[in-house]
Amino acid sequence: MDELKLYTYIAVFGTFGLYFAIAIWARAGSTSEFYAAGGGITPLQNGMAIGADWMSAASFISMAGLIAFLGYGGSVFLMGWTGGYVLLAMCLAPYMRKHGKFTVPEFVGDRFYSRTARIVTIICLIVASVTYIIGQMKGVGVAFSRFLEVEYDTGLYIGMGVVFFYAVLGGMKGITYTQIAQYVVLITAYTIPAVFISFQLTGNPIPQLGLGSTLADGSGVYLLDKLDLVVTDLGFKEYTVGKMGGTLNMFAYTLSLMIGTAGLPHVIMRFFTVPSVKAARASAGYALIFIALLYTVAPAVGAMARYNLMNTIEPSAGQNLDYEQRPQWFKDWEKTGLLEFSDKNGDGKIQYTADKNTNEMVKVDRDIMVLANPSIANLPNWVIALVAAGGLAAALSTAAGLLLAISSSISHDLLKGILTPDMTEKTELLTGRVVMSISILFAGYLGLNPPGFAAGTVALAFGLAASSIFPALMMGIFSRTMNDKGAIAGMCAGLGVTMLYVFQHKGIMFIPGTSFLGSMQPDWFLGISPNAFGAVGAIVNFAVAFIVLKMTQPAPQEIRDLVDNFRSPHGEVASAHDH
Amino acid sequence: MENNNTYWQENLRLILISLVIWFIVSFGFGILLVDELNEFRLGGYKLGFWFAQQGSIYAFLGLIFWYSKKMNDLDEKYDAE
Repeated sequence: MDELKLYTYIAVFGTFGLYFAIAIWARAGSTSEFYAAGGGITPLQNGMAIGADWMSAASFISMAGLIAFLGYGGSVFLMGWTGGYVLLAMCLAPYMRKHGKFTVPEFVGDRFYSRTARIVTIICLIVASVTYIIGQMKGVGVAFSRFLEVEYDTGLYIGMGVVFFYAVLGGMKGITYTQIAQYVVLITAYTIPAVFISFQLTGNPIPQLGLGSTLADGSGVYLLDKLDLVVTDLGFKEYTVGKMGGTLNMFAYTLSLMIGTAGLPHVIMRFFTVPSVKAARASAGYALIFIALLYTVAPAVGAMARYNLMNTIEPSAGQNLDYEQRPQWFKDWEKTGLLEFSDKNGDGKIQYTADKNTNEMVKVDRDIMVLANPSIANLPNWVIALVAAGGLAAALSTAAGLLLAISSSISHDLLKGILTPDMTEKTELLTGRVVMSISILFAGYLGLNPPGFAAGTVALAFGLAASSIFPALMMGIFSRTMNDKGAIAGMCAGLGVTMLYVFQHKGIMFIPGTSFLGSMQPDWFLGISPNAFGAVGAIVNFAVAFIVLKMTQPAPQEIRDLVDNFRSPHGEVASAHDH
Repeated sequence: MENNNTYWQENLRLILISLVIWFIVSFGFGILLVDELNEFRLGGYKLGFWFAQQGSIYAFLGLIFWYSKKMNDLDEKYDAE
C-alpha cells in the first residue's frame, strides 16, 4: 500500500508540476489570447484540447461503469457523446468560426440582432456550465480522497488551487496548452490498464479487438457470450441485448446527447481558437479521433470489469467467494461505503444476483468500476497510480474549459457587450480574471456543499444545451429569414418544456416540495425518460420558432447578408483579434 | 452571389449525404434495427451491438474526414474562379 501511495504522489504531483510549468510559459497578455488563444492553435493541438475539454470526470470515471451495468443499453452514451461531433463539424463550427467572434452568446446576439437573444443564451450557458462544473469538482474530491487518503475537502481545495493557477493566469491560451498535456495523461491512464486486462482475459492486447475475442482460458468461448451467460444465470439482463427503457427512449436519449454535445458552449468555443474555417472542420475530425480512442476502449473496459467482478465473486457457478477471503480492493472500497455486503442468508459467502431479496452485494457503486478495475485485475501499482492522475486530468481540464466559458460570457458578453460597452481591453482582461476567480470559488463551494440534485445535473446541462442553444444555432445558420422573435420564443419554449419535464418529479430547480404531476410516471410521455427529453425540447423549439416566424417580419436584409457571408467561402475570416 | 449559392447548394448536398449515413449507422443499425442485425456476428460481437458500441464511432470519424476533404476541394474550386 505504501509503495502505491508513493507512486500515486509522484504521478499526481508530477503532472501538476507539468501543468504549472505550462501555465507560466503560456500566460495570456491580451483579451484575444485570454478568450481564443490568439486564434493561432493548430487543428491537431485543438483536437487534443477539445478531447481533454470534452472528456470529463463523467467520461473517465463514470461511463465505463455505466456500460458495465447497462451493457447494450449503455450504448446511448457512446453514440450520443461522439455523434455530436459530426453535427459540429458540418452544421455549426465552420460557419461560427467564419463569423469570427469570441463567444456563443455573441454569435446568437449578432445573428438575431437582439440583446434579449444574447441574454437568454448567456443564462442558458451559465446554468449549463455551472451544473456541469459541480460534477468535475466532486470528481476531483473523490479522486483525491480515494487515492491519496486525504479528506475530500482538502482534495477539493488542492484542485481549486491548481485550476486557479493555470486558468486565471493563462486564459484560453494557458488552458489550451495545459489541456493538451492533460489529454496525453488521461488517455495513457485509461488505455494502459485496458490493454493489460484485455491481454489477460483474451490474449489480445488491443481492447477493441479483445472485446470481440475468445477467452484465453482455453475454452474457446467468446468473452461476450460468456458474459451474457454469467449475468443471465444470475437473473440480470442479457449483457449484449438489454435495452435501457424502450427503443424510443434509447433513440431520444442518444439524440439528446448528440445535439446537447453540439450545443455545449465550452466545446463550441474551442473552435474559435483556430486560424481558419478549414482548420475548424479539421479540428472536429482530430477531436473525434482523440475522443474515439477513449470511447472505443470504454465498452471493453466496461464489459471486462463486469466479467472480472462476477468472476471474483463467483469463480464458477455455485462456487461463491467466502466473505472472509475477499481481496484487498474489496476491503478498500468497503471503507469508502461505495461497496457494501450484507450476509442475508448467513452462509458467510457472497451471493450477487439480480433478485433484491437474495442479493448480498447491496451496494456496488458504478463509479468505482474504472478506479477499482486495475486492482480487480491485479495490475501493478504504478498502473493504479496512473489512473489517479488520469482521473484528475479529466476533471481539471473540463473544469477549466467550463470556467472559461462562464467568465467569457459574463465579462465579454454581459459586461462589455451589454452593460459597460466602453470598457478598455485591459479592464476587460482583468474583469475576465476576476470573474473566473469568483467562479472557481463558487464552483468550489458547490463542490463542498453539493446540492441534492448533483446526480441530475448532467441531464440538466445536456437538456439545456439540446433544447435551447443547439436549435437556435442551427436556425441561425440554415435559415436566412429566421428572426429575433422566432428564435427567442423557440428557445424559451424548448427550454421550458424540457425543464418542466425534468423538474416535474424532482421539484423546480430541485427545491423539495415544488414537484408536481406526482401521480404520473417520470417517463409518462411515450416512455421517454427525463434525461432523454432534450430531443423533444429541441423539436418544440424548432416548431415554435417557425410558427412565430410565419406571424412576424422575417430577418432584415443586412442579416441575410450576414448569413450569406458566413456561409460563403470568400471574404475575410473575421479574426478574433479585431476586438 | 450566384457562385455563393451553388457553393452553398453543393455544401448542403454533402451535409445531407453525411447525415443520412450518420443516421443509418447509429440510430438505424445501433438502435432501430439492432435486434435484426444481432442475428449476424462479427467475431465475438453481435453485429447490432458492434455498431452501437464500436462501428458507429468509426463511421462518424470517416464521415468528418470525408466531408472536410470534400469541402476543401469545394473551397478550392470556388476560390480559383
